[in-house]
Amino acid sequence: MKQRDIKRLSLILLFAPFALWIVLLIVLPHLGMFYISLREKVAPRTYEFGLENYINFFAEPIYWNTLIRTGSMSLLVTVLALLLGFPIAYYIAKIAGQRSRGALFLMCLIPLWVSDLIRAFGWILLLRETGIISSSLQWAGLVNTPIEFLYNDATVIMGLVYTVILFMIVPLVSTLDGMDDSMIEAGYNLGGNGPTVLRRIIIPYAMPGIVSGCIVVFMLTAGSYLTPILLGGKNSSWFTEQIYDQFITRYNWESGAAFGFLLLAFTSLVVWGGLKLSGQTLNSTVARS
Amino acid sequence: MIMKLAIAGLLATTVMAAVPAQAETLRLLTWGSYAPEELVKKFEAKYPDITVEVTFSNNEEMIAKLRATGGAGFDLAQPSHDRIFAVQQEYNIYKPLDLSKIDTSGMEAKLLDGVKANTTIDGEVYAVPHQWGTSGLMANKTMAPDVKAWGDLCDPQYKGKTSMRLRRTILLGMAFDMGEDPFAAYADLDKYQEILDKVADKLIACKDNLKAYWKGGDDLSAMMMSGEIVASETWDSTAYKLYAENKDIVFVPPKTGALAWIDTFAMPRKGEADDAAYKWINFVLEPENVKIMSASTGSMAAVKGAKDLLPDDKKAAVNAAFTDEDISNLQFFANIPAGVEDMEGKTLEKIKAATGSE
Repeated sequence: MKQRDIKRLSLILLFAPFALWIVLLIVLPHLGMFYISLREKVAPRTYEFGLENYINFFAEPIYWNTLIRTGSMSLLVTVLALLLGFPIAYYIAKIAGQRSRGALFLMCLIPLWVSDLIRAFGWILLLRETGIISSSLQWAGLVNTPIEFLYNDATVIMGLVYTVILFMIVPLVSTLDGMDDSMIEAGYNLGGNGPTVLRRIIIPYAMPGIVSGCIVVFMLTAGSYLTPILLGGKNSSWFTEQIYDQFITRYNWESGAAFGFLLLAFTSLVVWGGLKLSGQTLNSTVARS
Repeated sequence: MIMKLAIAGLLATTVMAAVPAQAETLRLLTWGSYAPEELVKKFEAKYPDITVEVTFSNNEEMIAKLRATGGAGFDLAQPSHDRIFAVQQEYNIYKPLDLSKIDTSGMEAKLLDGVKANTTIDGEVYAVPHQWGTSGLMANKTMAPDVKAWGDLCDPQYKGKTSMRLRRTILLGMAFDMGEDPFAAYADLDKYQEILDKVADKLIACKDNLKAYWKGGDDLSAMMMSGEIVASETWDSTAYKLYAENKDIVFVPPKTGALAWIDTFAMPRKGEADDAAYKWINFVLEPENVKIMSASTGSMAAVKGAKDLLPDDKKAAVNAAFTDEDISNLQFFANIPAGVEDMEGKTLEKIKAATGSE
């Protein structure tokens, strides 16, 4: 009897901070936002309930085009981060020696010590027309006129990959770390070559890490604000910018809130679709890695 | 610096909450350079029982902050004169001023009357002027000597070497440039939409000519100083700062008139330290304090003889930019009626999303 009480009490105590966090900082604000998103402004200080804000989104091609653009660029960033991150993670987990492993991991972490804003300004200094890369190319005689690397979509994607790649590497390293080297050896002993071993043994084993890394990276990218704004050019709209504009410059909290929910729904849908396509579930991936 | 202020503010509020202190706190919500440290110290020395907390912001964020709390959390705000009338009607975030507590005798009569006319609701005045300045063009004289009008930013001879901020200022400037009067059209929103559509077409065609849209004074300055662009839409204060470093970069009032804004003093509806706020208003309008303020903001105060109270380098920059004729040609931003922000916002989105003529 007493034992059970203690168990229950410790469960409540351990769970309380998390429950408070979720309810106060996630659930309540979202309920408030959802309420705002359902209000239609009919006249100053008068509101009605309805789906007008959501209908507006679908009626205006600019909005959903931007959302689709944001989504597809985020997917591209996720794929690039995976392609670049996998070899790095594999090297850290399997090839590097015990001592250099810590140092390598730390080196991957270093960019995170600097804020998003400073990192974006760093890219600006490097890439601008009168920036370091352009002037070194000229100095080396490779080009004769200054080149503008900034203000285009390729720069945005590169900046985003740089920012989020760490979130791909960490789960990959921890999954690959748990893999027994003898499995790879066995693969080779049974006559497999490099690509076969990679395809049939390593990737299936690393799948939980790959999926959870992809989910985190995709969510972070689709919700990022500073990097696309600062590095992007004349045509590069990002959906978070639209949300900011609705809230701040147009005083239109109602449609800003609706946009926020649409972004949430869209990213959740993409993640769900990705899981279905790859035949994974949240239980078999995120919960395990 | 902002961090320090924020921490100081945080500490101050915690202390305030813990002990019902004697001292009063004046919570200012204002623009980046509108509360120079020197002036805050001087004010606190003159009124030892008042502590000043400063939050830096801009027009839109000021209104968003006040709207979130229904006008609580700050005792004095400084929105521009065109951001009071409709905002007050819609969100009720300001309270009327008691003009008897403000020394208006030193204020430039034209600006004072203008602001009063713009911000009177039901016979009550909601704002008085503080700093004013203009939006117009900036050009490097040696490389773009012919930039005289808003439309010159789209001149193909400067292809890839001009910039603008994708905000309402450029919409209005272009409308004037095309021979329209957008402010007059505020009364007839269908007409205004027509003008906006025309302006959008022009700015979409112009996109190809621009290097990038600038987002703040810093990236604009960097592009201009490095010579990556030769002409741009700008705030006058940014142009004056660059003039101090490079005499070739001057502010150019467009021939249809520079667009003039007036930043005001307005009181949030649930502000608690009204007396301290009135003291601050009167304090910063004293001539010797105007000097310190103008050195920090780079703009002119709304007091008589404001130009003479500017620091020498700024005065030179103003003289290089404005003739008396330009001053009389100024177009003051008109009150933004409800609904216009939405129309302008949609137009700006349309321009941003268009892929230019490529």
